Amino acid sequence: MATVDLKDVKKTYAGNVVAVKGVSIAVPDGQLCVLVGPSGCGKSTLLRMIAGLETITDGTVSIDGKVVNTIGPAERDIAMVFQNYALYPHMKVYDNMAYGLRNRGMGKDEIDKRVRETAKILELGALLERRPRELSGGQRQRVAMGRAIVRSPKVFLFDEPLSNLDAKLRGQMRVEIKNLQRTLGVTSVYVTHDQLEAMTLADVLVVMNGGLVEQVGNPLDIYEKPASTFVASFIGAPPMNLLPLTDSANGATLSDGTAVPQAPKGAAILGVRPEDADVAVGAAASAGGLSLPATVEGVEPVGAESFLYCAAGGQKIIVRVSGRSPANPGDTLKVVAKAEKLHWFDTAGKRV
Amino acid sequence: MQAKRTIFPNKFLPYLLLAPQLLITIVFFLWPAGQALWTSFLREDAFGFKSTFVWFENYIQLFEDPAYLNSVWITAVFALAVTLLSMSVSLLMAVSVNSLIRSGKAYTTLLVWPYAVAPAVAGILWWFMFNPSIGILPYMLAGFGINWNHRVDSTDALILVVLAAAWKQISYNFLFFLAGLQSIPHSLIEAAAIDGAGPFKRFRTIVFPLLSPTTFFLLVVNIVYAMFDTFAIIHATTEGGPSGSTTILVYKVYADGQLGLNLGSSAAQSVVLMAIVVVLTVIQFRWIERRVQY
Repeated sequence: MATVDLKDVKKTYAGNVVAVKGVSIAVPDGQLCVLVGPSGCGKSTLLRMIAGLETITDGTVSIDGKVVNTIGPAERDIAMVFQNYALYPHMKVYDNMAYGLRNRGMGKDEIDKRVRETAKILELGALLERRPRELSGGQRQRVAMGRAIVRSPKVFLFDEPLSNLDAKLRGQMRVEIKNLQRTLGVTSVYVTHDQLEAMTLADVLVVMNGGLVEQVGNPLDIYEKPASTFVASFIGAPPMNLLPLTDSANGATLSDGTAVPQAPKGAAILGVRPEDADVAVGAAASAGGLSLPATVEGVEPVGAESFLYCAAGGQKIIVRVSGRSPANPGDTLKVVAKAEKLHWFDTAGKRV
Repeated sequence: MQAKRTIFPNKFLPYLLLAPQLLITIVFFLWPAGQALWTSFLREDAFGFKSTFVWFENYIQLFEDPAYLNSVWITAVFALAVTLLSMSVSLLMAVSVNSLIRSGKAYTTLLVWPYAVAPAVAGILWWFMFNPSIGILPYMLAGFGINWNHRVDSTDALILVVLAAAWKQISYNFLFFLAGLQSIPHSLIEAAAIDGAGPFKRFRTIVFPLLSPTTFFLLVVNIVYAMFDTFAIIHATTEGGPSGSTTILVYKVYADGQLGLNLGSSAAQSVVLMAIVVVLTVIQFRWIERRVQY
């Protein structure tokens, strides 16, 4: 049980490469914090600094209120699950899990008890005598989790633990990780580039970009009120439609000159999520809402829903409708959206 | 995996294609080996006028000869010492170089140089350094009160040839160890560090076991090297002396046959050596594929 606090943490590599430019995050006790961002945004570096695998150039990392900047990874009382699992290939599953306990000088009986208990939780009982190469990807993932759990550390660190699994297994493991974390109540930091994982797992979601935090908060709050165009396009799939606006004599207009009278002052970009937009034939927009004449350019039916690729206002707009598509390529119609579902961003990409 | 069977239109073509390789093997290996085998059953007079077929007489005499048994013992000590010394030093160097980030390449280049030195030149080099009259090392050792003279002292002589032979092999071992170390995923080391293992414990419980295929391969290669490839080094430094104390089996073949002109015994010795090589090769092929993996 512990909190993890980062205060203005920076990381500069040799040759003045700045990976993390000053990040402050507070993870409350027992919560799962997900760091999400594109590759190279510094999320893994940040995690490795919490683990003690990278030195901290500036700022402080505290675990359970204690600054751990100069403490080695072994003494931080953390456990990490690596992307490639990092199981010791020459050891049996049992020994993989017992290794950390043995290094801490725990008694043989206690080790045996703990390993078997953990194996039971993760349904690894039958695999204890196998070596990692005799296991499937999902089983290896489980062993890696077991190795972390068995030590009952203060903090779990996950470094893209699911990215080596196939899509189906990934979904399963995602649910399992969430359940385990909730049952054990261990404070966790989880790094991923997958926005779906981030949304579903996080208690606290941290969206990172270019070594900086773009937004911190509850996943749904972030989804509903993205703080910047980066967050808007990163969270949600397919990404939010972002339409640049130009200031002209008669107010804000889209690039083809369509007026957007409802644009607030200072807005330079209009954002509409595909799922918030709809298509309508000849219908008028609701008061203050958006209504753009559009041509359907393509349709992607995926079963439960369809994606309509439309050209409107001189831009491409993706509209997501449930079930079958009401339109075919070449049709002209209107893309509509409710006023409260419109997002506005300024020239710097910040939310207005 | 099954090799694809190729059908040749002409029945003789495959044999023709194999011929150059077979010819080389026959001329440079099978023929001399056969001759050695044949000669090992003969006894020749000193002038080469007459030879008698003596069956296994040469072999029986060989294994009753204390000088030969002594040479077997020396060879064992020598091979073991060279292997252990060169492998441990090169492992140490490989681990050190592996921990360097930028200067690693430069050290690797420097450490590979000794491999490019011809064995005889390397022998001469050590001969000069340890020369009791003009060498720098005996001079320095004398400062510590150690009297070095490998021309008289058989232990000194053995140490000298072991040093020279091991030095020559360090480059080779180093390269293999370094490659082996670099193929160990870094995340394993990190996982072990988080699991509370210090650097030495990590090496003992993670790195060294994962290196075992490399180590085993090098063990066989080094033993073969020490037993069969060190003739030039010994010839250039001690010439097998003093009083046969550095005469390893290969050197004895030369000394008895070429210098002593006892061709029958020399041939019998080389047949014994051939058998040892065959055994070592079988061990290498058999075990490297099966036993040493994880």
